[in-house]
Amino acid sequence: MAASMLLSEEQQLLRESARGFCREQAPISLHRKLRDSRDPDGFDRDLWRRMVDLGWSGMAVPEEFGGYGFGHLGLGLVLQETGRTLVDSPLIATVLLGANAILELGSDRQKAELLPRVVAGELLLALALDEGALHDPARIEATAFASENGYALNGAKTFVLDGHVADRIIVVARDNDGSNGAGALGLFLIDAAAPGLEITRTIMVDGRNSANLHLSNVQVSADRRLGESATSPADLDRMLDIARVGLAAEMLGSIEEVFERTLDYLRQREQFGVPIGAFQALQHRAAEMYSEIELSKSLLRTALAALDDPVSDHRRIAKLASAAKAKLSEVFFLVSNEGIQMHGGIGMTDEFDIGFFLKRARVAQQFLGDAGFHRDRYAALHCF
Amino acid sequence: MSGEFKQFRLETRDWLERNCPASMRAPMPPEEVVWGGRDAEFVNPDSKLWLERMAARGWTCPTWPAEFGGGGLNPAQAGILAEELARIDARPPLTSFGISMLGPVLLEYGTLEQKLEHLPKIVRGEIRWCQGYSEPGSGSDLASLNTRADLQDGYYLINGSKVWTSYADKADWIFCLVRTDFEAPKHQGISFVLFDMASEGVSTRPIKLISGSSPFCETFFDNVKAPAANIVGRLNDGWTIAKRLLQHERTMISGFGLAGGQAEGGGASETTLESIAMRYRGDKGRLSNPVLRDRIAQFKIDSEAFALTSRRSAEESTGGGPNHISSMLKYYGCELNKRRCELLLEAAGNRALGWEGEGFDEEELSLAREWLRSKANSIEGGTAEIQLNVIARRVLDLPDLTGILRGKR
Repeated sequence: MAASMLLSEEQQLLRESARGFCREQAPISLHRKLRDSRDPDGFDRDLWRRMVDLGWSGMAVPEEFGGYGFGHLGLGLVLQETGRTLVDSPLIATVLLGANAILELGSDRQKAELLPRVVAGELLLALALDEGALHDPARIEATAFASENGYALNGAKTFVLDGHVADRIIVVARDNDGSNGAGALGLFLIDAAAPGLEITRTIMVDGRNSANLHLSNVQVSADRRLGESATSPADLDRMLDIARVGLAAEMLGSIEEVFERTLDYLRQREQFGVPIGAFQALQHRAAEMYSEIELSKSLLRTALAALDDPVSDHRRIAKLASAAKAKLSEVFFLVSNEGIQMHGGIGMTDEFDIGFFLKRARVAQQFLGDAGFHRDRYAALHCF
Repeated sequence: MSGEFKQFRLETRDWLERNCPASMRAPMPPEEVVWGGRDAEFVNPDSKLWLERMAARGWTCPTWPAEFGGGGLNPAQAGILAEELARIDARPPLTSFGISMLGPVLLEYGTLEQKLEHLPKIVRGEIRWCQGYSEPGSGSDLASLNTRADLQDGYYLINGSKVWTSYADKADWIFCLVRTDFEAPKHQGISFVLFDMASEGVSTRPIKLISGSSPFCETFFDNVKAPAANIVGRLNDGWTIAKRLLQHERTMISGFGLAGGQAEGGGASETTLESIAMRYRGDKGRLSNPVLRDRIAQFKIDSEAFALTSRRSAEESTGGGPNHISSMLKYYGCELNKRRCELLLEAAGNRALGWEGEGFDEEELSLAREWLRSKANSIEGGTAEIQLNVIARRVLDLPDLTGILRGKR
């Protein structure tokens, strides 16, 4: 029988406690404060410590590596709640991308060495994958030359989330030669302070951090290559799919929050002597958004459950991940635009929070592939 | 899973293997759909056998209580039965408005006598029902209906007319909304009554539609007599039942949206949108037109998400019956089916635009007709706009403009 789509009691409790924490300790005013003060880290280290104490850094990490074994669904529920208040934290770069890459692609030795430190909050990570304006894992031109003790990395990376604060950066590059054969993919864990690595912080429209990287003969030892051998494109994809679903979970939380704030406004704001939510032109658009959000929830819940389901093969996960990322991107686009329009003039003011969601929407839509990228991939996976 | 369910699954699978005829495991052409009734037609003789065998176990209505002829299964068992039927691609043994609409409200609101009289005949497919709701002047504003029923000597005398009565010309009985109090506010003077379409004074006239077929009728009542005991629920409280039945109807119609493929539909079937599109526009394993390909992918993702939402809503409402989410499912499912038909038309180009005669195969001829038929999806059972109203008001709790203006007057 197909897995239930309802949450267990334990999962509901997790979600409620995450919601309470974000509301009380990481409200959207904190996001505003970090932005206004041009905070050098771009996140609150003290808050991150408390999130680590709650176990969020080890939610999807198995217990044998110091984690808590709540699975990807557990992490997804937390991300959904951090999406509601637009929490800036290392949860995406360090946990969803970094820890996930180590867990999926690392050797047992690497997992045992690194994961407990990530879970303990001692290590911040970043993933340096894309090299242009668009997400495109098929287009990797950074190179790894085999050198005496390992590899020398060269190339340029763009939009590396948390690239300027990470202690270690996982760089995706292609073998230039050597035992793996030219063109094979590798993920190399380099130190942020490594000679030859130049990091330029960029601040995106959503206020989150990313960085551009230049690598010029950055030396990395052979045992810092994840899995200590070549990574297949399919394995890289599998790891990225997990992150895509997690990101979609964060997006769903933001979508729900924009929608609820917009509904509240429709009930309160009066024009022509009545609440504007009484007008059918707005009611029908609200009802359409509701429908799209309900569909998004079902898709996301199924995709998260599939990640934790030992019988789901990679093809199934890939289809669900692309379906979820495509759908959530479209719906976030819709709801963030309608949120602004339905708030009218006040929605255009910086003082009002709804604009933060519009900004976050576009960055999240692009991140790890936009709707067009994923519909193309979904069609290819379904052979049409 | 507990041992009890495991046992049930094994027994069910075994019984189906032995009792479902081979021809009932093949895709069902529209003319072989079994509607039952006094004049039931069985184009395929196996259909009759399959119906009788399933009805004998009450499995045409698996969750209805056994005392009324149903299968008496709990939701978990019914889920297993549905899965086992799907596993062998078994056709539904019986399709009827009695099963999908009337039965559920009789179970909720009917008297014991009404249940005992009508439910077993629905289970066995002996009586075919039709729905007397819309009237020429009462479409979206259904509660303004004017067909009247006047009590005379223990009978209600019914006069008026209905329209868009699906298959009224083939139905044996009708569940009908009538006005029994002309003084009360419009929602409070309606009653829900059952009567035999063979009664004196009933006449029907099929309406030819843009698709060329005539599934709907105009229905006229001229001094038709219905026994007073045939009112379901309380007199003048028919609107409560009418709305409840609409929820069941919407759940049924939202199933059209599932035609695009089940949750995570693998695309193995020859009849999915993408496989038909590939036949006309495939080139080296992919659709040659990138714009169409993108829109089909978008459709397929939406239809997968929709199927998952139908399933989630069923799980969430276990035992409670349909709820207001049925309006969302009805709205979205119908829009999906219309999108599917438009995409099929676009994929096949002029080959989907044939009307009759030589030069087109049967599937191609059905594309145009199915497309035309689909336009009714967002009109029947409450228009798309009515569903959006229900969502806005009942689910999202947005204010009611009419109520506000009335208060200000």
